[in-house]
Amino acid sequence: MEQLKPRISVYYAQNATVVTLTDEKLLEDDDIKALEESIMPLIDGSQVNLVVDFSSVQFLSSAVLGLLIRISKKISENKGRLKFCGINSKIFDIFKITRLDEIFEIYDDAKKALQSLK
Amino acid sequence: MTIKVFNREKIVSKGIISELRKICSRILCHANVLGYSKDDQFAIHLALEEAVVNAVRHGNKQDSEKDVTIEYELSPEKIELWVTDQGMGFKPSDVADPRSGENIYKAGGRGVLLIKSYMNSVEYNNAGNSVHMTKLNSKPV
Repeated sequence: MEQLKPRISVYYAQNATVVTLTDEKLLEDDDIKALEESIMPLIDGSQVNLVVDFSSVQFLSSAVLGLLIRISKKISENKGRLKFCGINSKIFDIFKITRLDEIFEIYDDAKKALQSLK
Repeated sequence: MTIKVFNREKIVSKGIISELRKICSRILCHANVLGYSKDDQFAIHLALEEAVVNAVRHGNKQDSEKDVTIEYELSPEKIELWVTDQGMGFKPSDVADPRSGENIYKAGGRGVLLIKSYMNSVEYNNAGNSVHMTKLNSKPV
């Protein structure tokens, strides 16, 4: 039987839910769909502060950026706040090129992202 | 004596993204063997991924009976890539800038920008169904 690979790990801090993306590459439709199905229930219907940790991610495509926009809209609808952290320099370049670094709040690590929510 | 390693290949595949990604992986292996840096390989990988997804989704409209052709010419100095679909084509100038105004909040529309940003040159044929991308080796041996 094929082993299911976790797409995220989740822990709950005092003022936020912290989601760590566990895949190195985020490309496939299945990856993105699985991520969306894992994250959306965490933020659906209530005011949630979410920190997304990209420390493990080495490669992603524009399709993932679309998912991040959808997550951002859902959190905004519920008056929550969204923070990203752990983005390596290559991935950060993608955010800069697309100017998404100007609309997303990006921190070095989860600790700093959580501090920003206090 | 300098040995010039040179690869050229044209592959016609059904427009199935998972199959096309196997071809992309092969090209990236060649680039690695020829000494392209990790940054160059990242750029080639991203541009190929975006071009292939555009060809299948927007070009062939997800019709897996339609082909996508990937052609590449690889030397220690540069890699040239052509990705061609069987769709109606598009005008790159008609693609809205995803960084402008409300476009930045749209979920899609960033692939063409990323290809242009990561490659040294990008050209489309007149029909708009084929993209020709060139990446120079930033650290040629």
